[in-house]
Amino acid sequence: MADEILSVRDVVKHYPLTKGVLFQHEVGRVKAVDGVSFELRKGETLGLVGESGCGKSTLAKLLMGVERPTSGSVHFEDRDVFSLSRAELRRSRRRMQLVMQDPYTSLNPRMTVGDIVGEPFAVHGDPEGGRGRRVRELLEIVGLDPDHVNRYPHQFSGGQRQRIGIARALALRPDVIICDEPVSALDVSVQAQVMNLLADLQREFGLSYVFIAHDLAVVRHISDRVAVMYLGKIVEIGDEEQIYDHPTHPYTQALLSAVPVPDPTKRTGRIVLEGDVPSPTDPPSGCRFRTRCWKAEEICASEEPALEVRAGRSDHPSACHFAADSGRP
Amino acid sequence: MSDEEQSTGPLLAVEDLHVEFRSRGRSVQAVNGLSYTLDEGETLAILGESGSGKSVGAQAVMGILDTPPAHVTKGSVRFRGTELLGLPEKKRRDYRGAKISMIFQDALSALNPVHRVGDQIAEMLIVHRKSSRGEARKRAIDLMDRVRIPSAASRVNDFPHQFSGGMRQRVMIAMALALEPDVLIADEPTTALDVTVQAQIMKLLAELQEEMRMGLILITHDLGVVADVADRIALMYAGRVVEEAWVEDLYARPAHPYAEGLLASVPRIDVRDRSLTPIKGSPPNLAAIPSGCPFHPRCPRARDRCSTEVPELRLLQTGEGAPDRSGARSGAPSPHRSACHYAEEVSGGR
Repeated sequence: MADEILSVRDVVKHYPLTKGVLFQHEVGRVKAVDGVSFELRKGETLGLVGESGCGKSTLAKLLMGVERPTSGSVHFEDRDVFSLSRAELRRSRRRMQLVMQDPYTSLNPRMTVGDIVGEPFAVHGDPEGGRGRRVRELLEIVGLDPDHVNRYPHQFSGGQRQRIGIARALALRPDVIICDEPVSALDVSVQAQVMNLLADLQREFGLSYVFIAHDLAVVRHISDRVAVMYLGKIVEIGDEEQIYDHPTHPYTQALLSAVPVPDPTKRTGRIVLEGDVPSPTDPPSGCRFRTRCWKAEEICASEEPALEVRAGRSDHPSACHFAADSGRP
Repeated sequence: MSDEEQSTGPLLAVEDLHVEFRSRGRSVQAVNGLSYTLDEGETLAILGESGSGKSVGAQAVMGILDTPPAHVTKGSVRFRGTELLGLPEKKRRDYRGAKISMIFQDALSALNPVHRVGDQIAEMLIVHRKSSRGEARKRAIDLMDRVRIPSAASRVNDFPHQFSGGMRQRVMIAMALALEPDVLIADEPTTALDVTVQAQIMKLLAELQEEMRMGLILITHDLGVVADVADRIALMYAGRVVEEAWVEDLYARPAHPYAEGLLASVPRIDVRDRSLTPIKGSPPNLAAIPSGCPFHPRCPRARDRCSTEVPELRLLQTGEGAPDRSGARSGAPSPHRSACHYAEEVSGGR
């Protein structure tokens, strides 16, 4: 499709586990991301959800080009990010920015807000009209007082710090922003402010977001499409309504049913999964979810289900041999 | 025991509790007149954002605040009628862990990394019950079984780092329940856990509470968890309770603008395209709590009076009987309290 801005093909990232000091040898591999493909379309928000260890943050690093994949490719528009020269990579980085989770540690405490937001210009060159003017403009865009350029991060609250991080990400007028848990460190009353800001910015600047989070309600609120990850793989992907109202993969169903709804009149029975997520060093054979799945049969241990359109539902692939729409659990 | 005489009153009654942190001549008011009661078998949720004083209040009830810098300056904490504040430390120890017990958010730092989990559970019994090592160890295995740790007998000698996050939280629950307390305070017990594990732990806590008829105080910031498990809710802001009600009442008819604002700002998994209305500003700095109603700078309903006059936590005029989920407490009054000058106006709008 022509409107894809980012395209991820069979990306694999394994981290070797080594033993020994002098004669290091590999004793295993952490399969953090193990064959992930998806597209990000222009102007959309793709939510990536999953529990800890599912590989969503490693994926963010791969998308940003901070880590190199073991295999697979990431195309930004039509160029492969990992075959670019250094200069080209730097140019493409202007157009793809990252907003991190922790507004406390992702800002240098010894730099003023103006320096933090203006730092991208030190690398990529000053904008038209001068750095100072653009920095003030950026602070205004994210809802901060431009007169606070000379303050330090500790003089701001958590929500304001996250706004500073967003202003920095916007500095070079990117097309894509990867948001890695951008609101999970914030209080509920402040979280909504930042989510509304992100939505406004998207509308105003035509941004595309990859929105990584573990909070399923937050992801539903902000995303157009959602990919659910489990142990390094996408198990189901579809638009927000398909995933939340008609999930077909048992993991998605269990995950959604585990989220308590802030409404005491809706206390419903839930699917409580047994056990923990298996280790990504030694994932189960076949379907990785089978060890916790109530639908598992022999085929699940022997044959890995592909992420493909099942049960005749277009544009809503699911990686389960027994994919079936259960309605909202 | 004198416990029997007091069986008519609440299990735990906290009244007008004040906690102050002092250091280098400056003081911070972390808790400013916290009051609540807890009955046997009841689940009370204490909901609040960071800095609301919800954890400090609980630590004061447990008597585990470090003094200095923390000072309980005023108030009372009564367990079955017995005043706990001001008890000598030796007497206080008979209550801590044995009558009132607590679990924490971060099980990894709450457990001792260099001791086997079985020994850590057994220690409670050896210290408080004077059990022998062998007995205590057997009981530790029982307890681990009870919190559904698979193959407890073989895991009793493992160290905390050998357990997953969810299993560590179970170990901490086993420790907290070792002496069969009457009150369990759970401070954000599932915040560090994944959502599927959170569901396991909340289910376990509910089952154990049922079995042991404990009063449970659940401290959390998660409106979903509260709606799911609590009977009553006390909503905290800037160190005090601003609204207290049956959970059903508070969610259906919030009577404080802060509660109203929270409910409007939380995204919901079961609703499509809900627009969020955030609360403006951020939670107050405890070193400089706003005058009058501490919420007034963020409140869309604030008027002149709100910045000068501190609203009392008072019973709502329009209090109507709440539908009771369990039926066990039917007929009991259902107090709905709010600390807003215009509480009736807030709740009346719906």
